[in-house]
Amino acid sequence: MSGVRVLVGTKKGAFILSADGKRTGWDVSGPLFGGWEIYHLKGSPADPDRLYTSQSSGWFGQIIQRSSDGGETWETPGGEKMPDFSEGMPSGISNRFVYDTSEETGKPLTTHKWYDGTDHPWEFKRVWHLEPSLDDPDEVWAGVEDAALFRSTDGARSWQEVAGLRGHEGGSQWNPGAGGLCLHTILLDPTDPDRIYTAISAAGAFRTDDGGRSWRPINRGLKSPYLPDPEAEIGHCVHRIAMHPSRPGVLYMQKHWDVMRSDDAGDSWREVSGNLPSDFGFPIQVHAHEPETIYVVPIKSDSEHYPPEGKLRVYRSRTGGDEWEALTEGLPQQDCYVNVLRDAMAADALDPCGVYFGTSGGHVYASRDSGDRWEPIVRNLPPVLSVEVQTLP
Amino acid sequence: MSGPGADGAPVRVEMPFHLRTLARVDGPVTLRVPGPVTIGAVLDALEEAYPVLRGTIRDHGTLERRAFLRFFVAGRDVSLEPPDTPLPEAVARGEEPFLVVGALAGG
Repeated sequence: MSGVRVLVGTKKGAFILSADGKRTGWDVSGPLFGGWEIYHLKGSPADPDRLYTSQSSGWFGQIIQRSSDGGETWETPGGEKMPDFSEGMPSGISNRFVYDTSEETGKPLTTHKWYDGTDHPWEFKRVWHLEPSLDDPDEVWAGVEDAALFRSTDGARSWQEVAGLRGHEGGSQWNPGAGGLCLHTILLDPTDPDRIYTAISAAGAFRTDDGGRSWRPINRGLKSPYLPDPEAEIGHCVHRIAMHPSRPGVLYMQKHWDVMRSDDAGDSWREVSGNLPSDFGFPIQVHAHEPETIYVVPIKSDSEHYPPEGKLRVYRSRTGGDEWEALTEGLPQQDCYVNVLRDAMAADALDPCGVYFGTSGGHVYASRDSGDRWEPIVRNLPPVLSVEVQTLP
Repeated sequence: MSGPGADGAPVRVEMPFHLRTLARVDGPVTLRVPGPVTIGAVLDALEEAYPVLRGTIRDHGTLERRAFLRFFVAGRDVSLEPPDTPLPEAVARGEEPFLVVGALAGG
């Protein structure tokens, strides 16, 4: 029987929730890396036993963990203790993220904009998102703060910046969002290995069509009233982008405010917030089998990061936006003031589709029926930062 | 190449919980530090013995101490001392530990 594995990153460690295909009984494993911030962990589509984790701490910096047995055991690639040093030091260092400023591959870009518009040096802080390759378990992409894209082709043992993105001519004008200047979304086009989408708060969305060598902003149609020019090419606080693999040219976006849709691979966007009670929020997710069915979790405002009216409601559109229905069964409908962060929602590939999200209150909710009914599958974890789901054979 | 097991001063290093967990040790570690026992030499030996700690105590490239860590020896804060600062004989003899301490930020 098939099963699912839910990978949960929290402020104080990682947890792995496992169930068989019925998705009724859940085994909770963890905390892994207890006490560390786990911004994200994700499995390889090419090998479900290969997992990557971003582990970080304000005191000790960044660590990358890798598992080759579905999370039973972990290693820090390149950080292995050597029996002796007769053959020299390990060649890789999995937590070394060095910005590329070489003339050959990038540009000597040394500053971006700070909150007050002054120039600020690029400083690596942490990995926000890890996106394993669709077909190679040893290849993985990392979105980091200060915003940049890195790639490893040796199982996270060493990392090289994809310098064309940050070297983009607008890169020196990027400025941070409230959560920092972070690259949080990486979407790999399953039909075209040269096409990748990224999103950065608060710079906007970007696309490459040549495997990462060159990038261009794809923000036409976005409007952000907090910008001097609300329709500027860059500066938009994009919170999350989602795509369905069967239609990689159709993108859905939860922006700081506004839910948006593009039908031309990001060349243009239109608002599809429709009847949402608030179009502020963080995650956006596509149903596994219905490319026009999408989910968001409305949050009251950018100053009040909790659900409107104290009611935790997932909103579902079966029309690719514009028309939304509230999903409330099994979710708290009074006195609920949690948040759901941008990487904390996911869907499994079973039928019917399972949808999952984690809250700042430490609950992970799941629906086995595409969102009609919900139940917490674990309660009272540390604040949830990320949720990913693996559908196991 | 020098390293664990080579001749050198038997320096004892104590680390915070999270670094001990990373290094998979459950107490102080004793390192053989070749040559003059300085702050930099102790950290070099520590990272050589436990490569997973590279980047967690000092920056990979600049080798600057991470902002929220402090170094204490024999009741003295040496965090701001240059890396080539010689450490007291008691540290070089393993009688006093080299302490890597997580600085408290906030209350």
